[in-house]
Amino acid sequence: MQIIVTALVVGGISAVLAAVLTIADALVNNYGEVSITINDSKSHKVKGGSTLLSTLAGEKIFIPSACGGKGSCGLCKVKVKTDVGPILPTELPYLSPKEKKDNVRLSCQIKVKGDMSIEIPEELFNIREYVATVSSIEDVTHDIKEVFFSIQDEISFRAGQYVQLVVPAYGDIREETMRAYSMSSQPSVKNGVELLIRLVPNGIVTTYVHKLLNVGDRIKILGPFGGFFLRDTDSDIIFIAGGSGMAPIKSILLDMMEKGVERKAYYFFGARSKRDLFYLEEMKEIESKMPNFHFIPALSDPQQEDNWQGEIGLITDVVDRYLSEQGDDVAREGYLCGSPGMINACIDVLTKHKITEEKIYFDKFG
Amino acid sequence: MGVPLNPFVIMIAAALTSNMVLSNFLGMCSFISVSKDIKTANGLGMAVTFVLTLTSVLNYIVYYYILVPLNLVYLRYIVFIIVIAAFVQFLEMVIDRFSPTLYMNLGIFLPLITVNCAILGGVLFMIIREYSLIQSLFFGFGSGAGWWLAIVALSAMRMRLREKDLPPQLVGPGITMIIIGIMALAFMGFSGMLPVQ
Repeated sequence: MQIIVTALVVGGISAVLAAVLTIADALVNNYGEVSITINDSKSHKVKGGSTLLSTLAGEKIFIPSACGGKGSCGLCKVKVKTDVGPILPTELPYLSPKEKKDNVRLSCQIKVKGDMSIEIPEELFNIREYVATVSSIEDVTHDIKEVFFSIQDEISFRAGQYVQLVVPAYGDIREETMRAYSMSSQPSVKNGVELLIRLVPNGIVTTYVHKLLNVGDRIKILGPFGGFFLRDTDSDIIFIAGGSGMAPIKSILLDMMEKGVERKAYYFFGARSKRDLFYLEEMKEIESKMPNFHFIPALSDPQQEDNWQGEIGLITDVVDRYLSEQGDDVAREGYLCGSPGMINACIDVLTKHKITEEKIYFDKFG
Repeated sequence: MGVPLNPFVIMIAAALTSNMVLSNFLGMCSFISVSKDIKTANGLGMAVTFVLTLTSVLNYIVYYYILVPLNLVYLRYIVFIIVIAAFVQFLEMVIDRFSPTLYMNLGIFLPLITVNCAILGGVLFMIIREYSLIQSLFFGFGSGAGWWLAIVALSAMRMRLREKDLPPQLVGPGITMIIIGIMALAFMGFSGMLPVQ
């Protein structure tokens, strides 16, 4: 008897409090219908209370975000013209002083609580949601898979840009998760996109792709996003990549080949040992068709059985050696793709060789 | 308890002579960590006062009208904590809606009030000392106000110390602990004036 009363009392008190909180949530967090005005022209009537990023996604306007709204990539910047309160501590690390002055905010961190007016670049309206079908999965190294996602309508993008892969909830992961991957196919392929996905230990999306994704599966893709593409100049090009950083560079190279671009280009690809190297045949073929292109793979830790004849050393040292041999009085541009550590180290090497930071374009995996 | 104490006496005593943080050393964690800036300290002090006052009353009702009649007094800790947690959650919602600035300034410390021992301590004192509902209300408010006063005073001192040359070993928590010790000494001087137990 006593046990039942105890359970009923504790349960009853908790239930009453939970009910009160639920009612309060419905009343207090109800911001009603608010309107978001975009670029002073289009106005959207939306339900308030959620973050700006997800509210806009509900209106089929996709702000680039690599982390999917966790506030860890700093990509979903939006200029907010209405006062939405001071900058949050979670936004601070991603905003430059100029952006702070212009009231640029992270759209995943601010909530829509009233009528708002925002400014976003026009090209974001090109971003669409595609439902893709997996048409091939291939292992290119022990931890990188090349996956081709076919889509029914056409996608148009610039070589070097990325898409976001939306993975459904699975296992212990309760909600949809999205991550950004650069396209490794060239823009002339319009019926789908090819992505290189490296298995990240405990990565939600990469684990899904490596362990659960099968040919024939349907999956959501958002895109294209990003400002990593070849600039139209006559300078020599220094590409540097590591691991799945191959993807956007491969796309750019195939695009250059198709368009007959004859700029001098060096592509330094860093890997640990031979088992991390891939696409050697493809690169050789591009080299044979583009006389001004040179592919320079470098191993930092070649194994004995690799029987490696090429460059040995950290990619930064190899780049440094090549650039020193050539001298620094040529106009050059750097295009880097890889881990933040590699990119930062490479930026130091390139600036040492008189390539200014404005001429160095990069795509960091964060 | 002989003569019922005047609620005002209880309030003053709770705020000054038996101050929550400086005589009973309850609620130290946020007292030390949120006292860097006077504005935030003020906001948190306000929130603690508000929560302490209202949870005292709520828990009084739950205790004397539910737990005591049903002989479930031994459930008091778990029930008090549930009530406090729910109330803080409610408060967080309201502050987020009506004062985003305060919400931002309080940040993580608002949810932390849930586990602020000053709140649970206040509620338990009220039970142990067998206060009436009105006495509890005044006691809760007084305790909160005392905590508020103490944290504002501490943060004001810490802000002044910021420009002073301190021995490097003492900067931060070191000097804060010393200041708190001296403040506690000063407050203990009052404790003989109004013996309230």
